[in-house]
Amino acid sequence: MMMWPDQLPAFVPFFLAAALALVTRGRVRSVLMIGAVVLSGLHLWLLSSDITVSFRFLEYELTPYRVDKMSLLFGYVFHLAALMSVLFSLHVEDTTQHVSGLLYAGSAIGAVFAGDLLTLFVFWELLAVTSAFLVWAKRTERSYQAGMRYLIIQVLSGVILLGGIVIHLNTTGSIAFDFIGIDSLGGWLILIAFGFKAAFPLLHTWLTDAYPEATSTGTVFLSAFTTKTAIYTLARAYPGTELLIYVGATMACFPIFYAVIQNDLRRVLSYSLINQLGFMVCGIGIGTALAVNGAVAHAFVHIIYKSLLFMSMGAVLYMTGKIKATDIGGLYKTMPKTAILCIIGAASISAFPLFSGFVAKSLIMAAALKEGYEWIWLVLLLASAGVLKHAGIQIPYFAFFAHDSGIRTSEPPRNMLLAMTIAAFFCLAIGIYPAMLYRLLPFDVAYSPYDLTHVLAQTQLLFFAMLAFVWLNIQGVYPPEVRAVNVDAEWFYRKLFRRISASLFGWLWRTDTDFRKWALKKIDDITVYFAKIHSSTSGKASIIRPTGYMVIWVAILLAAYLWLLLSFPH
Amino acid sequence: MSGKKQYFFDKPKNVKLVLYSLYASCGVLLVVDFVVHRHIIHQWEQLLGFYSIYGFIGCTAIVLGSKWLRSIVEREEDYYDKDELTQNSGDDDVA
Repeated sequence: MMMWPDQLPAFVPFFLAAALALVTRGRVRSVLMIGAVVLSGLHLWLLSSDITVSFRFLEYELTPYRVDKMSLLFGYVFHLAALMSVLFSLHVEDTTQHVSGLLYAGSAIGAVFAGDLLTLFVFWELLAVTSAFLVWAKRTERSYQAGMRYLIIQVLSGVILLGGIVIHLNTTGSIAFDFIGIDSLGGWLILIAFGFKAAFPLLHTWLTDAYPEATSTGTVFLSAFTTKTAIYTLARAYPGTELLIYVGATMACFPIFYAVIQNDLRRVLSYSLINQLGFMVCGIGIGTALAVNGAVAHAFVHIIYKSLLFMSMGAVLYMTGKIKATDIGGLYKTMPKTAILCIIGAASISAFPLFSGFVAKSLIMAAALKEGYEWIWLVLLLASAGVLKHAGIQIPYFAFFAHDSGIRTSEPPRNMLLAMTIAAFFCLAIGIYPAMLYRLLPFDVAYSPYDLTHVLAQTQLLFFAMLAFVWLNIQGVYPPEVRAVNVDAEWFYRKLFRRISASLFGWLWRTDTDFRKWALKKIDDITVYFAKIHSSTSGKASIIRPTGYMVIWVAILLAAYLWLLLSFPH
Repeated sequence: MSGKKQYFFDKPKNVKLVLYSLYASCGVLLVVDFVVHRHIIHQWEQLLGFYSIYGFIGCTAIVLGSKWLRSIVEREEDYYDKDELTQNSGDDDVA
């Protein structure tokens, strides 16, 4: 009965919709965009079995479309994220954002269904280019600069990936995208390329630099796709790579400290995003079925609640024009619905029982303990308390409560509220009924997050962390919001590189000027010297001497010659 | 009715209500540890109130750590802008 082409790659509807969005506007475009995402999602949902589409190109076996449990999970959640992001941005009358948003989501979907490295590379670069427009779409000088820095780093990641692929192909002869590992140079290069997009420590600054500079709706797109595509590729190619455990633990920890002192709330969320990726990278590093399940489950729920948080902050930015903690506060008075939705997102990211973060993070924590990484487990536990602190409390507290900024606004447009409500629904639904998510996981593992011990432990951890927040606030120890910039690794290229190049070029120009001056002066000196010695009044070369003067010198020369001749007759 | 509208947390009574419920919950959670038998995986968990203590100390350590970090990395707000932007665009405003 099926005439429906199962083999139609899932990114195609997105690219088609993007092309049509270029030539339509208003309501037609809205229906078209939502329709494309929903239909594409249904198309994926109705697939009955795994699919591999491959063909030979030159001497390589290319697999542009591979559907299995792992890629399907990411396919589903990317569709959900695309739906929420598109819905959230419907009110915006900006073709650039709509088209690039759809292309960007489509590229991410293309990347997760890529079965070979060449296809992956193509979508990898498309992700970079299409997303940069979401940063530029804010159309300020600052966002232009941030977008440029973002694009340069993203393309660099692509170049490294291509180098790695070529070396990998030479050593193994296979272009298939499966387990790669770090036993070869190619494997290392590919890992570094993935590491850029996954925001590994020191490679992370593109994220915290660019995401807060994008438009209020663009950041919602950005937060979902790039980094989670990288998590997917890591889970495919590097599960069980022990190095990733330590990288992940570092990522889970250091951003917390940065997040606490940021003033821009979307920058707080950007650091928090890296912290969450840390849990996933850690799970991939542990590499057991339970841990990898945990990592991808966490990616799934994370996309939803992170979108929700970025949407609530986007709504605040859109309605008030402000997003710095020093400028806002007390918004619950006029945006109560947004505040409640934001709190649901905050509770989810903090992993309160009955919210989605809890059922996913538990898998990773349990795997860490089970495999004997107890110190890593302790670090992740600290990071969990930290999540509550910077994302769970700080975001809703500074935006909606804290000091009253006096701003009186209203709830955001209905499409924004609806998008947030969908996200909040999934946060609660997955949290209350985790089987819904567990069924989609790539490995069969029996795990139940809701036992008394576990629920109690997590609740105690979170409540006492909240107590500490309250206590520190009352004691006045809590660092106040201040208008400031906090330097991170981006300092190396935004300041140090600028300084070094400035002083290098300064030195070069100075040296050049000095040399020219010196050379000119020398030429001058020589001219003056010649002029002097030929001067008619006092120059050495122009002194007038009597003829006898010359005769005496000739006589002396001849006498010397005669003397030498007589001394050495032979 | 006074001219200014009163909202929920404008009344100190309500703020107190929230705080006291938090204190009470924490108290209950701490007591539960003595009553409930938990199946633990690691010996650290055996410590009574392990998660409560860890949560409280962890959170405090993070805040103190951040204050220390701020003393190192904090710069004036236009630290980058003054080099990078041709004119100071000031606050980020939305269209």
